[in-house]
Amino acid sequence: MKFKTLFAASVAFAVAGTSLAHAEPQAEVLHWWTSGGEARSVAVLQKEFASRGGKWTDMPVAGGGGDAAMTALRARVLAGNAPTAVQLKGPAIQEWYEEGVLANISSVAKAQGWADVLPASIAGHMKCEGKWCAAPVNVHRIDWIWANAAVLAKNGISMPTSWDEFNAAAAKLQAAGITPLAHGGQAWQDATVFEAVALGIGGPKFFQKAFVELDQATLKSNTMVKVFDQMRIMRGFVDNNFSGRDWNLATAMVMNGEAAFQIMGDWAKGEFLAAGKRPGIDFLCASTPGDGFLYNVDSFAMFAVDGSDKTDGQLLLAELIVGKNFQKVFNMNKGSIPARVDVALDDFDPCAHTSAQDMATSNAGGSLLPSYAHGMALRGAQAGAITDVVTAHFNSDMSSADAVEMLATAVTNSM
Amino acid sequence: MMEWMEKQMPKLVLAPSFAASLIFVYGFIGWTAWVSLTKSKLLPRYDIVGPIQYQRLFDSPRWDVALSNLFVFGFLFIVISMLLGLVLAILLDQKIRTEGIIRTIYLYPMALSLIVTGTAWKWILNPGLGFEAMVQSWGWDSFTFGWLVDPDMAIYTVVIAGVWQASGFVMALFLAGLRSVDQEIIKAAQVDGIPTWRIYSSIILPSMAAVFLSAFIVLAHLAIKSFDLVIALTGGGPGYATDLPATYMYTMAFSRGDIGQAASSAMVMMMVVFAIVVPYLYSELRARND
Amino acid sequence: MTNSLITNPLRKMMKRLVLRWLLYLLLCTFALYYMMPLFVMITTSLKNLEEIRTGSLMSLPREITMAAWSTAWSSACTGIQCEGLRPYFWNSVLLAVPAVLISTIIGAINGYVVAQWRFKLSNILFALMLFGCFIPFQVVLLPMARVLGMTGLAGSISGLIFVHVIYGIGFTTLFFRNYYVTIPAELVKAAKVDGASFWRIFFSIFLPLSLPIIVVTVIWQFTQIWNDFLFGVSFSQAGTQPITVALNNIVNSTTGVKEYNVDMAAAIIAALPTLLVYIVAGKYFIRGLTAGSVKG
Repeated sequence: MKFKTLFAASVAFAVAGTSLAHAEPQAEVLHWWTSGGEARSVAVLQKEFASRGGKWTDMPVAGGGGDAAMTALRARVLAGNAPTAVQLKGPAIQEWYEEGVLANISSVAKAQGWADVLPASIAGHMKCEGKWCAAPVNVHRIDWIWANAAVLAKNGISMPTSWDEFNAAAAKLQAAGITPLAHGGQAWQDATVFEAVALGIGGPKFFQKAFVELDQATLKSNTMVKVFDQMRIMRGFVDNNFSGRDWNLATAMVMNGEAAFQIMGDWAKGEFLAAGKRPGIDFLCASTPGDGFLYNVDSFAMFAVDGSDKTDGQLLLAELIVGKNFQKVFNMNKGSIPARVDVALDDFDPCAHTSAQDMATSNAGGSLLPSYAHGMALRGAQAGAITDVVTAHFNSDMSSADAVEMLATAVTNSM
Repeated sequence: MMEWMEKQMPKLVLAPSFAASLIFVYGFIGWTAWVSLTKSKLLPRYDIVGPIQYQRLFDSPRWDVALSNLFVFGFLFIVISMLLGLVLAILLDQKIRTEGIIRTIYLYPMALSLIVTGTAWKWILNPGLGFEAMVQSWGWDSFTFGWLVDPDMAIYTVVIAGVWQASGFVMALFLAGLRSVDQEIIKAAQVDGIPTWRIYSSIILPSMAAVFLSAFIVLAHLAIKSFDLVIALTGGGPGYATDLPATYMYTMAFSRGDIGQAASSAMVMMMVVFAIVVPYLYSELRARND
Repeated sequence: MTNSLITNPLRKMMKRLVLRWLLYLLLCTFALYYMMPLFVMITTSLKNLEEIRTGSLMSLPREITMAAWSTAWSSACTGIQCEGLRPYFWNSVLLAVPAVLISTIIGAINGYVVAQWRFKLSNILFALMLFGCFIPFQVVLLPMARVLGMTGLAGSISGLIFVHVIYGIGFTTLFFRNYYVTIPAELVKAAKVDGASFWRIFFSIFLPLSLPIIVVTVIWQFTQIWNDFLFGVSFSQAGTQPITVALNNIVNSTTGVKEYNVDMAAAIIAALPTLLVYIVAGKYFIRGLTAGSVKG
């Protein structure tokens, strides 16, 4: 009898011993979600990670839409101690993969059935040569136009469904002393307006050929000239102090009635909601005139690291990122919609519902397109070259013909 | 053995610093030159393909703007800071009662990080929020000061903020230099009835050559390094009107994953600096040897 | 005749008075130029957000509140942690103090050699070392990352100290060399004749005279190292990040309400050590200068 208990006890001890020797999952996470709201949302992920026994080491580097973070990332990779997970998106993921520094998380992707719950184009961004290497957090829509409901009502204007309607409405607003378009004069904001205009005027196929395939003929076409013409008209609709203004200050202009419209991605909705404005009542949301849906998917890429505690951490993190709870909580705070299509949107606001419906429709119709301005369609060098031309044109009196020439040359030069 | 060491001591002492310089300055410049001849994108690659990066560089309109800005900004920044520093040092040398406080006021801007002083200047120079709005609120309605948002004038706002930051330190250097001139010579000149301004121009200033060298090097270093200032003040804008080679290089390397391009812009920048600094150093140090 | 005899000294005195007043006026006008941004920063940090949004930039705060300051120090969000600047302060101290001390000492010795112990190539070596002052940090970032990785210093404070010392030596050598060059060579010759060694001459003659230039060098190095962001963000990791990284995270967050008062308070807190160095060192600067001339 005694022998058996002793034996059982020692076996139990041995088992307990080995599971104690198994280190807890670790993750050092490099990101730039440092402002109050976003940080709280990421903290949800950290708590979930901790509740599953993981240790999260935060490595936040703010600024420039990730520029400073990318600097730190390069230095870390070259020094041989890459962070475990990094906030990366779009073709940058595949670019880093080509340098041979990303990890393979297909095991957790298969186990959790990601292929069934993510739309095909989004899943495509998360794969490196067929193997899963990143986990998507959300889907932002870029081509939104926001408006102050009261200002529109007072001036008898409704949300424009064509760019001509927009121009007419803007002229009316200018006559009434209201700034038609609230805009921040930073290169990425100029690019955001540009691609919304390009999609609206040229249509989804034009956008695909010009900004995804970089087809020279399309870049030099008459349609592109028309796009720049419209940008020149838009330039006349912004106030004199737009240069260098941050995007959330432009949103504030719409909120307090100083301006009527803003063309900005759906994180602007986060600003409206945080200020207590109600969608449909205080502010209006609609897609910018034209067909199509420009998306921006934030994600975490997993880097190749040593140590089973870190690789376990990556797998756990990836699982939680695409988990229903985090997808719901993070996106409700940020203004975007979950990347997972099976998350119930009951608690989300009406604009989010519109976004989700539009995403499904455009996915079916082949007009679900990656945003170039936000780094989803092109690699950094090409996207940057295009943005240089766009912002130079917007901030000078360059003719559309010259701009188109410059655009085609810049793209060739950037390859 | 000990005697040999004692004799060679100066060389032994200087050797580590020189070796460090060799590796970490010239070695790295060599590395940059190598990379500028490759097609490096996200991370450095080492197979040489030729001068395509330089071709791309000179085809880029943005680089033209950046390089010309370097000359405009560099020249104005260095000259104005030196003049202002010198004038303030001479004024402060006149036995002012509150010298300590005033000196600290001129000096403190260097202490603050540009990440936020850049933001403060951005507000002050913003037409709708800062100086222009304030003067207009005093009743002077037609006053405009919209340099910050004007693509042609924005680079001069960078000069204003840059001079604000650096001139106090230059003033301190000059003040130290002024005060280290032999008082006997000055007293003798005063007894001889030579006017004060003449004493300054013929006796004091010429003996401050070493200080001018230090001031020039400090200012040139700041002008080249001017990255935080531009990013915080204008973000390189409007458009890319206030781009400088340092910001161009940073954008190419870290935002656009185009390290080969960044390396070529760095090499061109360093060649420009070399062309300006080396003759000056040569003339200065040669004179010293006599 | 008598008139001019009486009024001449009076006129001279009046002229001097007018010039004095002009001098003070000039100095004060410049002081305004220098003070303006600090004024904006301090007043903004003492206002609440409502007042910042609705009021004018240059106005004094209607109600003074120190809330922004305590937020900046202990509860501002720099990522997931919302602990303000406090945890990062000590990292910057551990980084800056050794780096300043080491680079200053090396600079002093190098400057001594180049100024007073010239040998055949010393000027060329000096010029070559000086060129290092012009290398933009973005250029050295990537190769240095590789070197730090290879030596195992990546991500540590020692690695950061190493980097700052290497790139500070050019300047510190320059400052000391320019200062030591004004000390007459006869002193060194006389000491050599008396049988003093290289180090003896340094410690007993040069070092005691060096206070003003030590002050200038320390001011420059401390400022550059404490305020550096690029090396700090690239060569540190969680736990060793200096205060500039935290400040950047607070000030440059791209979404959410910008709490300008917290941003300004955080910037001033981050700048307090350098400001302190300037104010304290400034006093010794003057004291050192008036403590006696080098001649004789």
